[in-house]
Amino acid sequence: MPPVIDRNKCIGCGTCADICNSHIFVHDRAVDKVPHIKFPEECWHCDSCVIDCPKQAITLRIPLSYSLLHVNASTLKLKESK
Amino acid sequence: MIPARKILEADVVIVGGGIGGAMAAISAKEAGAERVVVLEKCNVRRSGSGATGNDHFSCYIPEVHGPDIEPVLKEAMGSLIGQNKDPGMIRLHLEESFDIVKKWEEWGINMRPLGKWNFQGHALPGKPRAFLKFDGRKQKAVLAEQMKKHGVQVLNHHPVVELAKKDGRIAGALALDIGTPEPGFVLVKSPNVIVSTGLTHRLYTNAATPSRMFNTSHCPNCAGGQALGWRAGAKMVNMEIPYTHAGIKYFQRAGKATWIGVYRYPDGRPLGPFVTKPDAEYGDVTADIWNTAFSDVMHNGSGPAYLDCSECTPDMLSYMRQAMFDEGLSALVHHMDDKSIDPGKYAVECMRYEPTLHGRGLDVDRDGRTSVPGLYAAGDLVGNAGCGLGLAAWLGWRAGKAAAGDARAVSGSAEELAAVPSIRTKMELLSAFMEREDGPDWQEANNALNQIMDDYAPAGPYKVRSESLLNAGLSYLAQLREETLSTLRTSCSHTLMRAAEVLDLFDCAEAIFHAALERRETRAAHKRSDYTFTNPLLADRMLDVFRAEDGTITAEWRNKR
Repeated sequence: MPPVIDRNKCIGCGTCADICNSHIFVHDRAVDKVPHIKFPEECWHCDSCVIDCPKQAITLRIPLSYSLLHVNASTLKLKESK
Repeated sequence: MIPARKILEADVVIVGGGIGGAMAAISAKEAGAERVVVLEKCNVRRSGSGATGNDHFSCYIPEVHGPDIEPVLKEAMGSLIGQNKDPGMIRLHLEESFDIVKKWEEWGINMRPLGKWNFQGHALPGKPRAFLKFDGRKQKAVLAEQMKKHGVQVLNHHPVVELAKKDGRIAGALALDIGTPEPGFVLVKSPNVIVSTGLTHRLYTNAATPSRMFNTSHCPNCAGGQALGWRAGAKMVNMEIPYTHAGIKYFQRAGKATWIGVYRYPDGRPLGPFVTKPDAEYGDVTADIWNTAFSDVMHNGSGPAYLDCSECTPDMLSYMRQAMFDEGLSALVHHMDDKSIDPGKYAVECMRYEPTLHGRGLDVDRDGRTSVPGLYAAGDLVGNAGCGLGLAAWLGWRAGKAAAGDARAVSGSAEELAAVPSIRTKMELLSAFMEREDGPDWQEANNALNQIMDDYAPAGPYKVRSESLLNAGLSYLAQLREETLSTLRTSCSHTLMRAAEVLDLFDCAEAIFHAALERRETRAAHKRSDYTFTNPLLADRMLDVFRAEDGTITAEWRNKR
């Protein structure tokens, strides 16, 4: 579930659902104040919902398969000096 | 049948409110068009590849570059935006680009975050730099505000699924209203339509995360917009030349020129000859010049390739961090913070992403006119002068002005649009998707298409195309299309939007196959096993493909303009 909404902070304004680049939210206030993330696998992780949330109630959880592969840069330099 | 919720009339309709579409809308209003309607799939404040920022505006500024435009043009033609493009278009873009930059600054976009015109990245050492580095964080909000000020009517959550033609010219557009779970149709009668739907993703299996097709370098909701022009009979160019972006692994993101570092082999040697220490002015242009670098090093075992920023000074790292926010990479920055991946200490692996249609698509003149009267295009879906934000902003501006000047009446009432064959057929098909009780969903169709594209129209150099492979792919595509049309099921407006995208992707695939068959040579990542040479006679030629109303597909060559 890429965007994670803090229910305690969310005021149900619906901004995230309105501006989402991928339409992943469904916001039906009659059902729940907090938007439902119905299509999480379609999140682009663009950060729009995080940036535009007036209460900073949203964070993104980046999927494990998106992990940034990295190494300590000193290992590159050590080999260079050999 | 899905109900028609609204029927509108306009002088100019714009499909997609990204950078090109927003500029076209504002320009059309300034040029005197009364009713300008933007039909936007998402929300113009955050839609498209420029949703949260961008930082490279291809541009020529005489006070920076000097009075001679030629060296800058030469660099631009050799860069990612200029390859396979019409030189005359890129020249005109550069000539007029500073006016657009000044306009953006006047509107409130921060074009000089360092207080000066700052050109950085995507550049060869010692050569002129063609990319103005700016702060694009607020670009979409500013453009949305300008559209509002100019009286543009914006319909958010209204993806366009079909165009109408009457008497040989454009007559309007059919959109879906996806603002509610139950879809509705919206018909807009207009003699002029500007398509600006961005590049096309999701044609090929995602190279970074095969099970996650929305992990893309640019906006993944830009998918298949070129097909609107294809079905209207417009000429398409460069469809057969694969475009592959490259960047960090596995979180796909554009913006490799924002990184200030050196690409290195595991033993520390630089990949390219251009820089050995991080250079903020030029970046490391290796991956731009050597497009297959990251896949080559995996294929030959000398990799992986890393982007090493560890020799940056603290000031350079601080600047790079700000530039990432300018470019709209805040999600990436926060993720790296969260995982303690400090670019000053850790080198990040890079990879080549899957092919996209970026700067591949509609063939237009200098005012964005396509070969179909009344149809214009601007932005990444333009084949001969699209690729990146600067070109989108510039051509959108020209297309909006031209469309306003060309405005004329369309015969018949707006209601009659529903009877236009292309519109009626699409309304019936999408309604059938919603009415079926069982059947495959859009993901199955999209994945099936990806498999066919991966195997039968792949990008080189390690996979090839040939006449027999391409013909087989065309045959399988036709089978998949037939099966999809007769069985696909959608459950709500959202999945219906995705299904319509898949139909567009089918058409893009069809155009790719036909163009790839016609290009009987190997050029760039279009690698033909049956024509292994690069033909010098085709160096200054461009290949158009188009589909006539009777379904006949024609491929024809033209000179570069």
